[in-house]
Amino acid sequence: MSLSPRKLAIGLAGAIAFCLLAAPAPAQESALVHVTLKDHRFSPAEPTAPAGKPITIELTNLDPTPSEFESKTLRVEKVVAGGGKITIAVRALTPGRYRFFDDYHEDTTEGFLVVQ
Amino acid sequence: MLGALIIVFREVIEAGIIVGIVMAVTKGVPGSRLMAGAGVVAGVLGASAVAAFAGVIANALNGVGQELLNAAILSLAVCMLAWHNIWMASHGRELAADARQLGQDVRNGARSLVALAIVVAVAVMREGSEVALFLYGLVAAGGATSRDLLLGSALGLAAGVAVSAVTYFGLVTIPPRRLFAVTSALITFLAAGLASQAANFFQQAGFVTAWSDTAWNTSAILSDTSLFGRVLHTLVGYSDQPSVLQVVVYAATLAAIFTLSRAFAPRASLRPAAPRAS
Repeated sequence: MSLSPRKLAIGLAGAIAFCLLAAPAPAQESALVHVTLKDHRFSPAEPTAPAGKPITIELTNLDPTPSEFESKTLRVEKVVAGGGKITIAVRALTPGRYRFFDDYHEDTTEGFLVVQ
Repeated sequence: MLGALIIVFREVIEAGIIVGIVMAVTKGVPGSRLMAGAGVVAGVLGASAVAAFAGVIANALNGVGQELLNAAILSLAVCMLAWHNIWMASHGRELAADARQLGQDVRNGARSLVALAIVVAVAVMREGSEVALFLYGLVAAGGATSRDLLLGSALGLAAGVAVSAVTYFGLVTIPPRRLFAVTSALITFLAAGLASQAANFFQQAGFVTAWSDTAWNTSAILSDTSLFGRVLHTLVGYSDQPSVLQVVVYAATLAAIFTLSRAFAPRASLRPAAPRAS
């Protein structure tokens, strides 16, 4: 059989390269939300965002230790390094409260994205 | 301490199950232990590198470097699992039927081992990088409690290894005649679950915006962060709030591996003589 892991890997690398080259710029203007993390707490703990359009969350980690921003309802899981900054793209949402937390400190970090 | 134990255990459980399955699948194949070991070592090294460069990776490629890295390595694992299953369908029965039939088949077998070693490496790397970051955070925070937390983490890691052992010993008690069918099915579902996770990362990166609505929400019935939910998440890709795309990718992966395994299976092996235990 001619199918081999190497060929598959090469094909996959090609597919990924294609995706990167073809990566479209965000088509729709998104709403920007700033959140900071300090002493393992989110600030603001309940940021608001408009419904019906994509949301970009800009998370700045002011703690020296890494964290993992996670949300089941937003379907996001992303590591932020100590003192680092990440952007999180969120799909357009219907109004509601969407819970998020730091996976490494779920006991102190809880926030809600309030979509109106 | 218990908190650290749970966090670390939750991260390593998926890798633990995957390593256990791969060890059971390759049981008795010459060199398989070495390959699995190499996969774990490569995974730990990769995890450390990913953790060390977490900040750089997160900001790479317009801020979606982390999502794309996750999506890429998950896709790699899916391809390797699919290839292994298809290859096993076309050759595996002959190998099992006559373990002494060497030559070309052993070379092919070694290639299949490489595919599975890559799967082990990817699984360890993905889960390991989060554990490494968590541990780094504990060490960096310092203080007397961090020693306590590190002990909890070590116990969590040990529990993950135990899961690996339970998976392995559970599978090898299955009679060799049936093991092939069981592991083929397991790997197919495992691959479909990983493919749906990869789809989620492509969506998180904003590469795919279609079908991003939540297909169902069963978090009230069985949360995928609970222990049982977590095991199901690894074994069959259970998710309590998947997107429509994830469900579609899951079904498509299942169908593709199943169909290709069928297509590549030699006609004669549709009714095989009972293979001897190897």
